[in-house]
Amino acid sequence: MSTLTFDVAAIRKDFPILETGIAYLDSANTSQRPRQVTGAMMEYFEKFNSNIHRAAYRIAEEATVRYEATREKVRAFINAASTKEIVYTRGTTEAINLVAYGWGRKNIRSGDLIILTILDHHSNIVPWQILAAEKGAHIEYVDIDEKGELRQDQFAELLKRGPKLVAFNLVSNAMGTINPAREMVAAAKRAGATVLVDGAQSTPHQPVDVRALGCDFYAFSGHKMLGPTGAGILYGRRELLEAMDPFQAGGDMIKTVRIEGTTYHDLPWKFEAGTQAIAEVIGLGAAVDYLSGLGMDAVRAHELEITDYAYEALSDIDGLKLYGPPPSRRAGVISFSLEGIHPHDLATIADRDQVCLRAGHHCAMPLMTRLNVAATARASFYVYTQKDEIDRLVSSIREAQRIFA
Amino acid sequence: MSADDQFYREYILDHYKNPRNYGRLEHPEISHEEDNPLCGDVVGMDFRVKDGVIDDVRFHGRGCAISQASASLLTERLKGMSLEDAKKINKDDVLGELGIEISPARIKCALLSLKVLKVGAYGLADDDEE
Repeated sequence: MSTLTFDVAAIRKDFPILETGIAYLDSANTSQRPRQVTGAMMEYFEKFNSNIHRAAYRIAEEATVRYEATREKVRAFINAASTKEIVYTRGTTEAINLVAYGWGRKNIRSGDLIILTILDHHSNIVPWQILAAEKGAHIEYVDIDEKGELRQDQFAELLKRGPKLVAFNLVSNAMGTINPAREMVAAAKRAGATVLVDGAQSTPHQPVDVRALGCDFYAFSGHKMLGPTGAGILYGRRELLEAMDPFQAGGDMIKTVRIEGTTYHDLPWKFEAGTQAIAEVIGLGAAVDYLSGLGMDAVRAHELEITDYAYEALSDIDGLKLYGPPPSRRAGVISFSLEGIHPHDLATIADRDQVCLRAGHHCAMPLMTRLNVAATARASFYVYTQKDEIDRLVSSIREAQRIFA
Repeated sequence: MSADDQFYREYILDHYKNPRNYGRLEHPEISHEEDNPLCGDVVGMDFRVKDGVIDDVRFHGRGCAISQASASLLTERLKGMSLEDAKKINKDDVLGELGIEISPARIKCALLSLKVLKVGAYGLADDDEE
């Protein structure tokens, strides 16, 4: 645990958008970005805007150095063994698609079993459905119990059937459930499966150590962790990445191209075809610096405090139903519904009070079906969230109840 | 009166809480349902059509106040209208009837029932030609 006090007031000064008066409770959707991140991107645009890996002049070298520097920052942030295992993508979705294409098409065969969970985001379901349909593979989904936690007994049973791939999110974006990822990865590995962990909702909010986790692939997005959109990461164990086919083909991912054939570039560039999101990757590096400066244990502790406070406050409201586990086993995400008020109507009323709330299926329609709801309202928190914003949410909810009474 | 009260005007809330023409018709000439997968709103409509005139109409569904009130308001307007006139109803008519400013995020909610009407009405026309 960080010994420094977590100074939310000071943190908020780094986020100019918060000066507009919004209570931003949608960070699980996309986070806000501090000046440090936008500043690093502006510096690139204004001082050394040029393409990377290609040019021999000074600003292009500077651009290349800064672009590549993010790789080491990310490596250290998630404790990967080597920067060769850190592949830049557009985000979690592209990272998972990369694995489905580059690893899945080579390794999944007819009759193979893929295990996913009912908590997964569409981005960790649809690529596997496409692959399974193409290969004649079969998908099973681990269900949840009444607390919104994965049924480990069912998972253990499914593992006995020898799955080829197990893929699940470390934290559910829709309910905030923190899955026992280390145990699940270990069990899946013992069963002989390749394991992908969707880290979109965990990486921004808690310490991550991919080697301790023991997974083969780990995917996450920059824009949910204070970075810009358009830059994300696929971590893959080196031997797996080496054996994989490229995802997209084109410039910069090759060593030599001849009419007779092409040899691919070394890791990780084999997977980075075409001109990359240079400013965004530099911005992601600044976001990692920012979070590392705060300390991820401290980030988690702050979010737990806010989540506790919000959970308590929302529990007091009549006609409000909370989904998912208690705060100690959930990330800073609270999904709920109100009797007689559709989440969209609540979000519209909250918006009038400048409270930004998500309403919908959260790209987790199988989970919504499982919960027998069309949609929920969701409040999610981050480093800049403070208790008075929760109070504002509560008064918006009470206002909605008054209007719809 | 706060901005919220203006948005959720009394009669919209009234149509949401006490929907008109809610339910199903037996043996309707036209029956169609649409959903908005983004927010889970569902609206379906049954029409009884006699001599080209909408003799009776019912809607069913679930969702937000805007989608359900909009459907309820539309059924009131449709009763006794010729199918040809019904086909001419456009989105400005529907939004005008709601009488509130609809943000881009909510426009699909407001227009879901119109989509049901359009697809349903034109679907019947196709059947006639066959």
